[in-house]
Amino acid sequence: MFALSGRLNWRSLVSHAEDTEGTRRDFLYYATAGAGAVTAGAAVWPLVNQMNPSADVQALSSIFVDVSGVEPGTQLTVMFLGKPVFIRHRTGAEIDKAREQDQEAAGSFPDPVARNANISDASASAEDANRVLPSPEGEAPGAWIVQMGVCTHLGCVPLGDAGDFDGWFCPCHGSHYDLAGRIRKGPAPENLPIPPVSWDSGLTLKIG
Amino acid sequence: MSGIPHDHYEPKTGAEKWLHSRLPVVGLIYDTIMIPTPKNLNWWWIWGIVLAFCLVLQIVTGIILVMHYTPHVDMAFASVEHIMRNVNGGHMIRYVHMNGASLFFVAVYIHIFRGLFYGSYKAPREITWIVGMLIYLLMMGTAFMGYVLPWGQMSFWGATVITGLFGAIPVVGEPIQTLLLGGPAVGNATLNRFFSLHYLLPFVIAGLVIVHIWAFHTTGNNNPTGVDVRKGSKEEAEKDTLPFWPYFVIKDFLGLAVVLVVFWAIVGFMPNYLGHPDNYIEANPLVTPAHIVPEWYFLPFYAILRAFTSEVWVVQIASYVTGGIVDAKFFGVLAMFGAIIAMALAPWLDTSSVRSGKYRPQFKWWFLLLIIDFFALMWLGAMPAEEPYASLSLIASAYWFGYFFVILPLLGVIEKPEALPATIEEDFDAHYGKKSEATPAE
Repeated sequence: MFALSGRLNWRSLVSHAEDTEGTRRDFLYYATAGAGAVTAGAAVWPLVNQMNPSADVQALSSIFVDVSGVEPGTQLTVMFLGKPVFIRHRTGAEIDKAREQDQEAAGSFPDPVARNANISDASASAEDANRVLPSPEGEAPGAWIVQMGVCTHLGCVPLGDAGDFDGWFCPCHGSHYDLAGRIRKGPAPENLPIPPVSWDSGLTLKIG
Repeated sequence: MSGIPHDHYEPKTGAEKWLHSRLPVVGLIYDTIMIPTPKNLNWWWIWGIVLAFCLVLQIVTGIILVMHYTPHVDMAFASVEHIMRNVNGGHMIRYVHMNGASLFFVAVYIHIFRGLFYGSYKAPREITWIVGMLIYLLMMGTAFMGYVLPWGQMSFWGATVITGLFGAIPVVGEPIQTLLLGGPAVGNATLNRFFSLHYLLPFVIAGLVIVHIWAFHTTGNNNPTGVDVRKGSKEEAEKDTLPFWPYFVIKDFLGLAVVLVVFWAIVGFMPNYLGHPDNYIEANPLVTPAHIVPEWYFLPFYAILRAFTSEVWVVQIASYVTGGIVDAKFFGVLAMFGAIIAMALAPWLDTSSVRSGKYRPQFKWWFLLLIIDFFALMWLGAMPAEEPYASLSLIASAYWFGYFFVILPLLGVIEKPEALPATIEEDFDAHYGKKSEATPAE
């Protein structure tokens, strides 16, 4: 098939036409090679795509959580899509502290945006008011904050009531989050994300 | 196969000739194990055999463990306990497999640092070195996925942190992380695919080991002087070398026997010494252990990963220059992989014309410091993420990169090497007296 006499250049491997440009045979070679590459790609893609989340995993679920038993100053952790969600009921002192933290770090938050899936404006600032849940009737604004309990560094679960800013502390690599779940110190790049969450009825939360 | 002239296999009987003309497999094996080997190899050269032994040990014990293990989040932990308590001799086989991984890494680190000291990575052995680095990377991947299989707390959280590294890559990171995990978090899909790959990769390693051996059999082994074997004629080459079988096989097996005495002592009397007690607690996605520590063999690179936080000025510069694409998290990941890539690039970073560190008066001290740095990083990787460990990690990481990217290129220019022996034979005779007239078998 290949004439091995004389010089052998790369073109001679795919083309019989060493002295004329673009023969019909050349076209057939390239068309065949192109079709082969597309076919190979089409055959390989399902072998890669099978590793993506399967239908049962993907099925978007919502969960309902009754938080009437969560006293001020405590936190409930629930599972949502395989990950923990922190539901924090803050005391008055904690709300005040979080608002103070707004002031003390104003303009110097490592992550200046709210990361709140419930606010359509993705560039909303990270101030406490943009991170908390609307309070149910009879409670001070900012009494409830719901966020994913997944450190934005490498995915560990931060510990509550810990760290230099009285919020959360990730034991894996030392990220400190404040009382509004904002990253203040350590390697994590972002504030704890807030999932889609709303009050369903009374003191029941709908997450997702 | 070898560039060193030597006798090749000659089929003698009719049956041998019949086979050889159809499949020259005996000749291939003969030429491989009779390869002329520099006769001055010292004890640092035994670790190749130890590594080959480890690979076989891990494959054999691994195949046995799979006969009793169940890769499912509800049953994995219990099936490992079943192996430990019910399967005949199962606890021993698992302890051998667990500690076999540690022996594997002890051997590979000594093997790598031997290469770094004696300049085994330099021309013409770059391919051997690069293939070796690929094997090392695959070993790390295999060990990591194997550690996830018992589904303990360290398994789960180690998997979360390490797959999180991929999530740090800008833009494509999160799809890659999801693809690796098969879901939003580490779960059953993750466990199953890690099991599949943990079974596959050792065989890929075995294939690369053959390429590794092929490559250095083509160039010939390096040796403690770094001086080339004379290749002018077979007679000349025989003054510098001895056949691998039986001389080096017997020597290497003695080394292996000594190593195995220590290994069996650990397996028998302190099998969990190198493990972490938290891995005997079943995985719990809601509770992160207070202190996540990887296995000891990952600690040096883990320390480098953690060293670069947003307070470090190089990270701030990188973030500023790239417009925030390279943040502290991504920088740490780049630094960790970069530390390994730095090693792989050693053949092109080292500008010295002398291979062996024995004849490089300044190199010796920098190399000693690199060894100390490696152990310092290993210690720092196990410490909590707080001061003074954070600053020390940064200094130690800086030296690691400094050694490869500054010291190795500069030393070749400013250092005056000592005189090399003219031949391997001369070096050998200087150590063992002039006995090369007598045949070594006498």
